[in-house]
Amino acid sequence: MAKIIIDGKELDLPPEYTLLQAAEAAGAEVPRFCFHERLSIAGNCRMCLVEVKGGPPKPTASCAMAIRDLRPGPNGEPPVVETNSPMARKARKGVLEFLLINHPLDCPICDQGGECDLQDQAMGYGADSSRFAENKRAVEDKYLGPLVKTSMNRCIHCTRCIRFATEVAGVSELGAIGRGEDMEITSYLERALTSELQGNVVDLCPVGALTSRPTAFHARPWEYVKTESVDVMDAVGCAIRIDSRGREVVRILPRLNDAINEEWISDKTRHVVDGLKTQRLDRPYIRVEGKLRPASWPQAFAAIAAKAKATQATKIGAIAGDLASVEEMFALKGLMEGLGVANLDCRQDGSKFSPEHGRASYLFNSTIAGIDEADAIMIIGSNPRIEAPVLNARIRKRWLKGDCLIGVVGEKLDLTYQYNHLGAGADGLAAFADHPPVQKTKPMFILGAGAAARPDGLAVLSLAAKAALSLGVVKDGWNGFNVLQNVASRVGGLDVGFTPGPGGLDAPAMAAGGVDLLFNLGADEIEIASGAFVVYIGSHGDRGAHRADVVLPGAAYPEKTGIYVNTEGRPQFGDRAIFPPGDAREDWAILRALSDALGAKLPYDSLVGLRAALAAAHPHLVALDAVAPADAGVFAALAKLGGALDKAPFASAVGDFFLTNPIARASRVMAECSALRAGRQTLQAAE
Amino acid sequence: MSVRRLAEIQPASFAFTPENKAWAEKEITKYPPGRQASAIISLLWRAQLQHDFWLPKPAIEAAADMLAMPYIRALEVATFYTMFNLEPVGRHHVQVCGTTPCVLRGAEAIKQMCRNRIGPEGHVTGDGALSWVETECIGACCNAPAVQINEDYYEDLTQANFAKLLDNLVAGKPVKTGSQIGRTSSEPAEGSLTALTTLYGADGKSGPASVKP
Repeated sequence: MAKIIIDGKELDLPPEYTLLQAAEAAGAEVPRFCFHERLSIAGNCRMCLVEVKGGPPKPTASCAMAIRDLRPGPNGEPPVVETNSPMARKARKGVLEFLLINHPLDCPICDQGGECDLQDQAMGYGADSSRFAENKRAVEDKYLGPLVKTSMNRCIHCTRCIRFATEVAGVSELGAIGRGEDMEITSYLERALTSELQGNVVDLCPVGALTSRPTAFHARPWEYVKTESVDVMDAVGCAIRIDSRGREVVRILPRLNDAINEEWISDKTRHVVDGLKTQRLDRPYIRVEGKLRPASWPQAFAAIAAKAKATQATKIGAIAGDLASVEEMFALKGLMEGLGVANLDCRQDGSKFSPEHGRASYLFNSTIAGIDEADAIMIIGSNPRIEAPVLNARIRKRWLKGDCLIGVVGEKLDLTYQYNHLGAGADGLAAFADHPPVQKTKPMFILGAGAAARPDGLAVLSLAAKAALSLGVVKDGWNGFNVLQNVASRVGGLDVGFTPGPGGLDAPAMAAGGVDLLFNLGADEIEIASGAFVVYIGSHGDRGAHRADVVLPGAAYPEKTGIYVNTEGRPQFGDRAIFPPGDAREDWAILRALSDALGAKLPYDSLVGLRAALAAAHPHLVALDAVAPADAGVFAALAKLGGALDKAPFASAVGDFFLTNPIARASRVMAECSALRAGRQTLQAAE
Repeated sequence: MSVRRLAEIQPASFAFTPENKAWAEKEITKYPPGRQASAIISLLWRAQLQHDFWLPKPAIEAAADMLAMPYIRALEVATFYTMFNLEPVGRHHVQVCGTTPCVLRGAEAIKQMCRNRIGPEGHVTGDGALSWVETECIGACCNAPAVQINEDYYEDLTQANFAKLLDNLVAGKPVKTGSQIGRTSSEPAEGSLTALTTLYGADGKSGPASVKP
């Protein structure tokens, strides 16, 4: 620890702290543009200048000077830092004047206006007028793809975007060409960025040089109603803020959550919003003579009730989709139990995860923050880069820190970090089944959902458990057996037991014609054979609605409150930002009304009542934001299951990153991104 | 300096000659493992020497590929240093020093001659012989005004001797590098103006005290 006096306050701080961190510890505000906590230090904006005694006799960039770089006074006095002295203020004023020399005065037409660091700091530290009478610099705008819009005149060369792309996203695609006044930020030959995290450069940009292309000129930051919620595009459960204006969601931004997403979100999370406005189901439909015709709610319920009355309980089934909240699945399960139905499944991909093997068998047990501690990671049958881009960035962060061995069993892909390829299929994993323990303190498995969704999924799961035990991935005080689920509803569904009851059919069996009446709660990724009478409850006119005989319009995730359990088993609360369109209703309310029509009335009349019932049945699901550790003792039994293994190589559970769910498939932006990635050219209007 | 971009017309491909490739591989071994990208400037320079003294896009990519570095990182280096010519240049590429000492000694006239004889900055003459650019100080202030043509300096220029120099270069006649008025390095141009003996004695070895009136 080192002593330092900041603004007259003496503190005892770690010597490796930078002066900026020390100033923050002292509660002093230091303005900055280029410095960012999660990126390397560049020290090129010079906005964080402070006055130091015990260092160079000139204003010092506090972000790039550590406490230990300063020397004590002649009598051993601690070094002194003044963050708000006349000298520091004058220095910052000068820096800001230089930054504004070439910055256009287009705040009134700039999307960053109102949430612009430069604007704020010009108010705080700037001069009242310009002394610069010469011509301003003009820079050509660059094309960076369909998500990031550029206005390079505004760039102040903080290089945050370059450092983000290189360090966090792991794709060295952005760079600064030229030098001095002619320096320009660009991608190589203006190629579109390929990262799944590129949207974050818009948040990082302290000025309006990089803005969001899909939401360009939509609204001003102060016009938004801001709702804190949780993302459902993957099973990571990133913390998000939904910004809505009137009845529309305009944009989604990340929220800080160090346990999960730090402060990044994927492009799908961020830019799926236009999918909330298109292809929406806004009224009930009934299939008449092969065509879906608009109907009223009572008509739809009557049609379902008539069919339910004529169908035996063994011929009724329910499948829950990928975006369902815990409450809906709990209500649907209650309804099915009321009808005496055992055919329930929340695993439309046919995955073999099941609560009967214990909760630890389907959770990311070490937690996502546990990746930071791991010293060996084996990724099995997963492509985390597209299944969970934010989690992949976390693995990369761990890899960059060094001394972390990464192995992959599965597809050989660019994961943005180096790894040893240990095999393509189950035989690669089988080599570790009877392996002596590794000489690592915190080894970790990351088992992809795709590996367990194969016909031999249970055998793969068992083999993984066996390998985990023999390698020491699961041991006293450390459970590194991690399952990376790929959909938001999966863990919640398994936790409430939305799986086949005794003698019940699973999702593939139901879809193949095992039932006559199928309740489909937003399951769009499963092909349902003709014959069954399908009741689709969902928000979008996607595959599920096309196959349905009765469509009940539900709410999409920003339109309802709900609990989502992420892949760690962490229940999080998603709040409502807007209301569902037209006659659409929140899904739990549809199920409650439907239960009345079917004569198996659910015992609650409000969402509060539903959550009370949920809390009574599954207390851990209402302990929000906390991870209830799962019992690691289940792996021994799981390892003994064994089973025949398929020779086929592992494949990721996610095919097209941008089109994994009905909302994303309804989004024009996602379609454009998908086409770009697939190498298909999209025709664009001349703008 | 102005915005530097890749040339519009680019060759289809670029490959190091076997000798240059061997040279480049040897150059890369000078750097410690994991730091091979440090060789980028040497490789780009060699590529430029091989490719008529300008650096096309395929050459930048070839150098980046050899070092397994992202193209943008190589492009950053190529656009940063003005010694890399991103557009074709003439066989004799004249870099006219335009910094203060040369300007005081007549560099403006040299530049005007270039404009008249060759054309605007960056332009290559029709026969491909000449092109010119203005540079910052080339470090030959004592012999100002000076220009650098390819790898050689030509100093003490006047309008007359510079015109002759260009004529000789284009005609392929031998030219003299260095001072064009025949002085050795940067000794006084009009003979010795300082009698060293007054300060250091007749033998040049004694101190001022040895000076006899």
